Amino acid sequence: MNQPSTDAAARPTGPTGPAEPILQAVGLVKRYGSVTALAGADLELYPGEILAVIGDNGAGKSSLIKALSGAVVPDAGQILVEGRPVRLPTPIAAREAGIETVHQSLAVSPSLDIATNLFLGRELRRPGVLGSVFRMLDRARMRSEAARHLSELGITTIQNPNQAVETLSGGQRQAVAVARAAAFGNKVVIMDEPTAALGVRESRAVLDLILKVRDSGLPVILISHNMPHVFEVADRVHVQRLGRRIATLAPSGCSMSDAVAVMTGALDPAELPEEALAPGAL
Amino acid sequence: MTTSNTPRVPTTGPEPPPVPLAEEARPPALVDRAQRLLHAQATLGPAAVLLITVVAFSLVAPNFLNPANISLILQQTAVIGTLALGQTLIILTMGIDLSVGSIMVLCSIVMGRLSADAGVSGPVALLVGLACGMACGLVNGLLVTRVKLPPFIVTLGSLNIFFALNLWISKSETIRGADMDEVLLWTGQVVTVGGTRLTYGSLLMLLICAVLAYALHRTRWGRHVYATGDDKEAARLSGVRVNRVLLSVYAVAGLVYAVGAWILIGRIASASPQAGVMDNLDSITAVVLGGTSLFGGRGLIIGTVVGALIVGVCRNGLSVAGVDVLWQNFAVGVLVILAVSLDQWIRKARR
Repeated sequence: MNQPSTDAAARPTGPTGPAEPILQAVGLVKRYGSVTALAGADLELYPGEILAVIGDNGAGKSSLIKALSGAVVPDAGQILVEGRPVRLPTPIAAREAGIETVHQSLAVSPSLDIATNLFLGRELRRPGVLGSVFRMLDRARMRSEAARHLSELGITTIQNPNQAVETLSGGQRQAVAVARAAAFGNKVVIMDEPTAALGVRESRAVLDLILKVRDSGLPVILISHNMPHVFEVADRVHVQRLGRRIATLAPSGCSMSDAVAVMTGALDPAELPEEALAPGAL
Repeated sequence: MTTSNTPRVPTTGPEPPPVPLAEEARPPALVDRAQRLLHAQATLGPAAVLLITVVAFSLVAPNFLNPANISLILQQTAVIGTLALGQTLIILTMGIDLSVGSIMVLCSIVMGRLSADAGVSGPVALLVGLACGMACGLVNGLLVTRVKLPPFIVTLGSLNIFFALNLWISKSETIRGADMDEVLLWTGQVVTVGGTRLTYGSLLMLLICAVLAYALHRTRWGRHVYATGDDKEAARLSGVRVNRVLLSVYAVAGLVYAVGAWILIGRIASASPQAGVMDNLDSITAVVLGGTSLFGGRGLIIGTVVGALIVGVCRNGLSVAGVDVLWQNFAVGVLVILAVSLDQWIRKARR
C-alpha cells in the first residue's frame, strides 16, 4: 500500500502554486496495535493556500497531523518539505523544518505570561557577557517582539504581553497560539480545530487570523469539523476517510452536503462533477 | 488563612430575582478581590503569616525577640531552608521529594567519614559529598524520567535506600566534629551582621536562594522548569525538552541538599546518622507555606525562605513559650493543612 517515494515526482501538481508542493506526505502508515490509523495517507500543500483537512472521527485526521507536526512517528511513508525528504521524530524537529503547529489543546502554559509563551523553547538571551556567561534572558526584547507579532496579526484585544495566559479568554489564547505559530513558522502553519472551543464572535476573529496568516505568505493546513468555516476560508479541501485521502475537493465547485457525503462514504467522489474536484487531485 | 476568616459582606437591598442559568451566588467582592490578589502576589500571604506569628510569639514569650533567640531561629532555619529550596524546584515541576532528609544525612556522613576516617583533605571530602548529593538526585531523576515512575514512589523508595546506605557507611555511629577538617565546620562559624549573629550556613542558604531565584526567573532553564510544571504536555509540544529539564531539576536539588548537609555539619558540629530525619516533611511544609503550589508551575523561591522561617518561628516560639515539643509538631501539621487549603482556594481564581 505504500507508494514508493519516486512516485512523488510523478504526481500531478496543482496550478494553485509553483509545481512543487511545499509540504507533502506520501503513503503514511500508522498502526496502534491492531488499529490502523493511517493506511497509506497522502497530502500535498502548495504555497500560498489554505488546505482544509476534513474527515469523520477515526478517519486518521489527528494521526496525519501528528505525523506532520512531529508528535507521532509514522510506521511507513515519507514526508517531504520542498521536495526534500525529512524525518520528524519530535515536535522540535518539525519546528526546525519550518512547520509550526497550533494544537487543539493550544500547548500554552497558563501561568506564564504571553511573551514567555510566545518564545517558549526559543528564548532570546541578552547580548554580550550577560547572555553568554550568565545566560540572562532578554525579557524587554521578547516583550516588544511579542507585542509586535500580536499587532502584526491585528490582535488588538490583548494589551499587555506581560499578562498571564490564564487571564485571557479562549479566543485570546487561541490568538496567542496562532501568533506564536505565525511568528516562527517559515514554511507551514498547521491548525488543529482552532475554532472548536470558541463562540461565534471569537471564531470569526480566528478565521480572519487564519486568512491573515495565509495572506502573509504562509500556507496553512486547517483541520476542522465545522463545514461553514472550512468552506469559507479553504482553497482546497482534503477529505480523509478510513486512514487515507479519498478526494481533494474545490470548495467553489461543490456543496457542503457533497463534502459531508464524501467524508462519510455516502458518495463516491468519482460521481462528483469535475469542477467539484480540486485541480491536481486524485 | 488570613482571608478565609473574612466575614461575608452583607448584600444590600432585597434579594434580586433569580436569574435563569446563573451559577451559584457570586462570592462577596472583598473575598473575591483578596483571592485574586493572593493569586497574583504569591508571597503576600506567607509574608503576612510570618508577620502574624512573629507578633503573636513576641506577645506570648517576652524573650522571643531578643537578638540571641533571633540568631538561633536563623541558624535553625538554615538547614530546613536549604532543603526546602531544593524541594521547591521539584515541587515546581509537580513532583515531590521524600528523600531530602536521607540525601542530606547520607552526604553529611560521606563528608564526615572521608575527612575523619579516610584522611581525605577537607575540600576534597566536601566536593565528594556534594557530588554524592548530585548523584542521589540523578538517581531519582532517572527513575522519574526514564522508568516513568511517579516522583512520590521514586523518592519513597530512595528515602529508605539512601538512609540504609547512610547507616552502613556510618556504622550507625556519630562522627565528631573535632575529628573533621575545619572546612566542613566552616558553615557553623559566626559572623555578626548588624548586631545579629549569623552563621555562614545561614548566609549560604540566602546565597543559594538568590542563585536559584536568578536561574528560575532570568534564564531559559527556569522558564522551562515553570512550563514543565504548569502543563508538561504543552511544554513538550512547545519545544521544551521536558525530560532533560526534569533530570536537571532532580540533580540540582540533590546538589542543594548536599550543601544542606554541609550546613548541618556546621550547625551540630558533627555528622550524625540520625540527624535530619524529621526534615523531609518540614521541607515540604516550608515550600507549601511559602506559597508554592503542590500542583506545579506556580510559586516563588523567595516564598520558600519565608515558609522555612514560619516553620522555624513556630517551632522556636512554642519552645521558648515553654510548650511541650509534641505541640510543635501539632502546630506545624495544622499549618501545612491550612496552607494547602489556601492554595486550593487561591487556584480557583484561575479562570
